[in-house]
Amino acid sequence: MIGVERDETKLIARPVSMRLGGGMLAFLRKVWAVCAKDLRAELRGREVFSTMTSFSVLAVLTFGLAFDLRVPRSEMIAPGVLWVVILFGGVLGLNRSFGAEVDRGTLPALLLAPVDRSAIYFGKLLANLAFTLATTLVILGVMFFIFDVNMFHPVNVLGVALGILGYVGVGTIFAALTASSRARETMLPILLLPVMVPVFVAGVGLTAGVVDGKTFDDLRQWLGILAAFDLIFVIVAYLLFDLIWEDA
Amino acid sequence: MSTATIKSKEAGWRGLDILQLVLSLLAVGAMGAVMWASLFYARDATNLAGDEQLAQRIFYIHMGCNIGALAGFLVSMVGSIAYLITRNLSWDRLSQAAIEVGVVCGLGTIITGMFWAKPTWNTYWTWDPRLTTSTITVLVYLAFLLFRNGIDNRQTRARFGSIYAILAFLSVPLTFYSARLFRSIHPVVYGNENPDAQGGFSVGASMTQTLMISIIGFCILFSALVILRWRQLGTEDALAELREDLE
Amino acid sequence: MADDALIVATGIHKRYGRKRVLTGVDLVVPQGEVMALLGANGAGKSTLMRLICGLAKPDRGEVRLGGVSTRKAGHEMRRYIGLVAHSPLLYDNLSAWENLMFFASLYDIQQPEPRVEAVLHAVDLWPRRHDAVRTYSRGMTQRLAIGRAILHDPPVLLLDEPDTGLDPASAETLARLIRSLGASNRAILLTTHNLERALAWADSVSLLVDGKIVERAPTSTLTTDGLRRWLVETGSVG
Repeated sequence: MIGVERDETKLIARPVSMRLGGGMLAFLRKVWAVCAKDLRAELRGREVFSTMTSFSVLAVLTFGLAFDLRVPRSEMIAPGVLWVVILFGGVLGLNRSFGAEVDRGTLPALLLAPVDRSAIYFGKLLANLAFTLATTLVILGVMFFIFDVNMFHPVNVLGVALGILGYVGVGTIFAALTASSRARETMLPILLLPVMVPVFVAGVGLTAGVVDGKTFDDLRQWLGILAAFDLIFVIVAYLLFDLIWEDA
Repeated sequence: MSTATIKSKEAGWRGLDILQLVLSLLAVGAMGAVMWASLFYARDATNLAGDEQLAQRIFYIHMGCNIGALAGFLVSMVGSIAYLITRNLSWDRLSQAAIEVGVVCGLGTIITGMFWAKPTWNTYWTWDPRLTTSTITVLVYLAFLLFRNGIDNRQTRARFGSIYAILAFLSVPLTFYSARLFRSIHPVVYGNENPDAQGGFSVGASMTQTLMISIIGFCILFSALVILRWRQLGTEDALAELREDLE
Repeated sequence: MADDALIVATGIHKRYGRKRVLTGVDLVVPQGEVMALLGANGAGKSTLMRLICGLAKPDRGEVRLGGVSTRKAGHEMRRYIGLVAHSPLLYDNLSAWENLMFFASLYDIQQPEPRVEAVLHAVDLWPRRHDAVRTYSRGMTQRLAIGRAILHDPPVLLLDEPDTGLDPASAETLARLIRSLGASNRAILLTTHNLERALAWADSVSLLVDGKIVERAPTSTLTTDGLRRWLVETGSVG
């Protein structure tokens, strides 16, 4: 078939030009490519966001029911409930970020890319960040109605964002560690949640402070802990991430 | 092709055996000294009475266990980093042994803490930052051991375990700091005591000495147990390798 | 002579837990050659492929691609390797076009659109390019997998049983592609269970038995029956 012959010649005769070497820009481009791929795949399949949101909304409702008869003012428990739901619901998305790659067998495709593997870490971190932030917006909205507490205060939103950044920073690398194990779904929360305690305590402290109307000066320490957590863990995770894949 | 050579053991003691024996005997002696000091040598806390006064003595064991748990963390952190750099499994075994002993010490901290808390503050649990950190630490350790258990490949197990141990260890200071900050903002006063002030007993000279004895004693115990467990793990690995070679 | 070979594996040992999979593999695939790697199921062919493309490290031994050791080379070396594996390495929620555009960005391909278009034409998937890979037949998925492997025009191509489960038309497309790719100074290492195809597509055949390469011969000297007998003798079949 002549048409096909012509295309084959095109295949061989015109060499592919690739930008060689690396540099920060190429690295960032690939980080974005990985993130965009995860986001696009989610838009098609809609597994992650819907499961995270359903679970989180259910959890909020359950907590609301549990405390309704015994707690005089819902502001007392709202901060705790918020962070518990964020941490437990987020596991669902984290599990899938590497779990799907392992189950569908696409992980080697990413590992074969000519880029430092931390690009995969950052790309998936960004995608997980997007999913978890989106879910949290839903949680805040539901809690606004069910608990009658407005937690959309800018300082709280900042704190939540910082907390979630640290959460997905650690969660992404732990998800990579547990992705190939049989008990992946149970192992990830067991590994992740104890390490997240500083974020949980600081987050609850911050949200409670906001709900109680504390000044920014009082709240600064909590933000400091969250920021320190983010910085330390994202850097260390970045350094260690490549070591995971020595025997894929 | 065998990468393990069967070292024929000559009859008699080698360096590590002697060290192990000495440490074990020292540990026995040290624990005896700790018991004597906490139960008899240390004088009663003068500002306490009755059950509370007696329970205060648990504190020495409690602190000793705490030191053991902390030592477990530090040693496993060193072992993990050393493994990732050298890829020598001896470091990984040290890390695992340290964490196993650390878990036991951590559990000891929690249990003694509870027995001390009940007569002192009439509750088994306070969100005391140290107690909180110890408990979370134990959970982290247990997760570490569970995680490793599920990985069959020896090198992968060491590598993944080390990565987790490093990240987990980094969270501990932050856990302590955040719990302390939380406590200072939400002080809870039980009865007449402020839990943060270590049960509020006035400290005398004999008590300080007892505390030192306890800390040193538990360090020796820790070392003895870790060396024993470390060598045990070495034998386990050597055995597994020999078994593979025979197949 | 070994210096201008694109793929050189020397003394490769690999063990997975209890199982000693490769016990001293020496393999050379010069530029411009298509080599078929044959052996029993579980003989270690896929493992050897993974070691060559750097997804795993050998316990002992060295792999050199184009003279550069994979141990010392960084991630840039992966630019020169294309792999078709057992799993398709494709995202089934996305379309063929989206898949290839994604990989084009991972491989830093400038002007990706014309390249992706050329590849899709070459593997006969242009009309279905916007359909999700989920909807493809086995043959179409495999053709796209091959497209993915050659997208960045790698000089080293590793094809792990690319023809398994293919309908005759797809197998014919595959044969055509391998012929034209082989002619363009690449080193191609492929594994297959189909002896006729091995003889038709490859310039030489290597046999992996008990973790070692025991035989290597040009296909011109072999017949299908001879090959089959050879395999039976070495216990690779049956």
